[in-house]
Amino acid sequence: MVPSVDMATLSTADVERIAALAHLELTGEETALFTRQLADILAYAEQVQTVDTSGVPATAHVLTDGIERDDDPRDPLPRDEALASAPDAAREAGLFRVPRVIG
Amino acid sequence: MRIPSARAIRDDVASGRASAVDVCRAALSRIDAVNPSLNAFNLVDHDRALAAAAALDRRRAAGEPLGPLAGVPVALKDNLCVRHMRTTASSRILERYVPPYDATAVARLEAAGAIVVGKTNCDEFAMGSSNENSAFGPARNPWASDRTPGGSSGGSAAAVAAGCVPLALGSDTGGSIRQPAAFCGVVGLKPTYGRVSRYGLLAFASSLDQIGPIARTAADAALALAVIAGADPADATSSREPVPDFAAALGGGVTGVRVGIPRAFVTDGVDEGVRRAFEGALETLRAAGAALVDIDLPHAKYAIPVYYLVATAEASSNLARYDGVRYGHRSARGADGGVRAMYSRTRDEGFGPEVKRRIMLGTYVLSAGYYDAFYLKAQQVRTLLRTDYQQAFEQVDVVAMPTSPIPPFRLGEKTADPLQMYLADVFTVSANLAGLPAISIPCGFVEGSDRLPVGLQLTGRLFDESTLLRIADAYERMTDWQTHTPPA
Repeated sequence: MVPSVDMATLSTADVERIAALAHLELTGEETALFTRQLADILAYAEQVQTVDTSGVPATAHVLTDGIERDDDPRDPLPRDEALASAPDAAREAGLFRVPRVIG
Repeated sequence: MRIPSARAIRDDVASGRASAVDVCRAALSRIDAVNPSLNAFNLVDHDRALAAAAALDRRRAAGEPLGPLAGVPVALKDNLCVRHMRTTASSRILERYVPPYDATAVARLEAAGAIVVGKTNCDEFAMGSSNENSAFGPARNPWASDRTPGGSSGGSAAAVAAGCVPLALGSDTGGSIRQPAAFCGVVGLKPTYGRVSRYGLLAFASSLDQIGPIARTAADAALALAVIAGADPADATSSREPVPDFAAALGGGVTGVRVGIPRAFVTDGVDEGVRRAFEGALETLRAAGAALVDIDLPHAKYAIPVYYLVATAEASSNLARYDGVRYGHRSARGADGGVRAMYSRTRDEGFGPEVKRRIMLGTYVLSAGYYDAFYLKAQQVRTLLRTDYQQAFEQVDVVAMPTSPIPPFRLGEKTADPLQMYLADVFTVSANLAGLPAISIPCGFVEGSDRLPVGLQLTGRLFDESTLLRIADAYERMTDWQTHTPPA
């Protein structure tokens, strides 16, 4: 079932909800701008809903071959190299450091 | 001094008529002369390039075999990883990122003797059609410095057009090789999806992204494609389809080639000067023996909405990895709020407006309640578009369209209205959605206060880059567009 989507209903609260899902802490200005711009883009994109697609399979990719290979072990990235670009790493322990995860 | 073609450089270096170091110095000095005004490069690594060139000259002196790109200076779009060379995707979030590995396409270029001179400017994470979404300011068009070189691979196209390098790599998700090639008056080839490994390409939309060459001639594009194409165990989506000798396809004519023109699609919104150049190119091909055939692509008019729904959905997923943990920027605004607040602040600070807009759009179309209406629907229309092309290719060998409906526009002209910017991709996005190879070749100019290049786009059957290159090469010999050079 295709729900009826009325773009006039794209609200600031919707944009804030999407931003939270996307882990983006937007400023008030950005939220206002994106509310308007995303409504415009979605109103334009809504035209896909006019196409009759009954019985049409979805295309997720256009691959013609090559999606499997032998599962052979290969050399991993050395740990020092993997940590070298981290903004905060405990290099001796071989760990990435992050702020508190559990409150 | 403008740098010679890749083929000429390779022949001269291989035969000893030129040293790789001298060629490299010439490229670097051209870059140093024009880059302050073009802003085509995010990074130029003189020392690394000269060291690689010197090593190549030593190998030649020792009589060792040299590769098909021996001594050819190349520029790489800054979303291609080079081990121990800063790779930013023109984003603040990766401003200081130094990859620990090479992209497969880059490793293959270097193994073939190419000399990497630096990383080129682009729209942030390849999202844009004007280069204006670069965190480091836009690259400029060598034909008119107040205009866009196109995007997202604008720096690569500008660097080739300005004669800094004969060859550059770009990436193309919805036209990002072909449109800047058209805007800068050079050749740009988006290979078939899967033809070139995407390993080491910073991902934007994984079902659409493809790496390809930008060059001044079809012959140089063919030379580069032959080097970078082919299966790669590090990319499960790279194809095992055999890689033909693309250069061997060149030299012929276009007699009997059937060129399809989707007349009903190439109508509204095409600039008059672009239309004239396009019709002139078709007439040239017809006069040389090609057959022009009117075709219909009934779903092509939906390509822009389908593209922006599919590409942003994939982007929102791909860009989730930039979270301030393993690499890239991390917000310094305290750790209060724990790890989730760190993610959100890092991403707000690190991403520019267009990237945020696309992440938001993609997150929305994948979210509960909208997935079926937008994302799934777009994937179904994508199937219909693929079928349109399959049917067209029963009648014709290639499909011709202008690469862009408009000539290079002024910087700042379209930045206030993202949707207007998206609409400029109308003729390029279909090839990505259908996975097909497509090339843009210079086909004339729009003459006005500035002289602005126009590109002809040819789209071919899956894995039939050879036909595209053959027609492009033949067309070059019928015209002299590729010999025109920008004023700078």
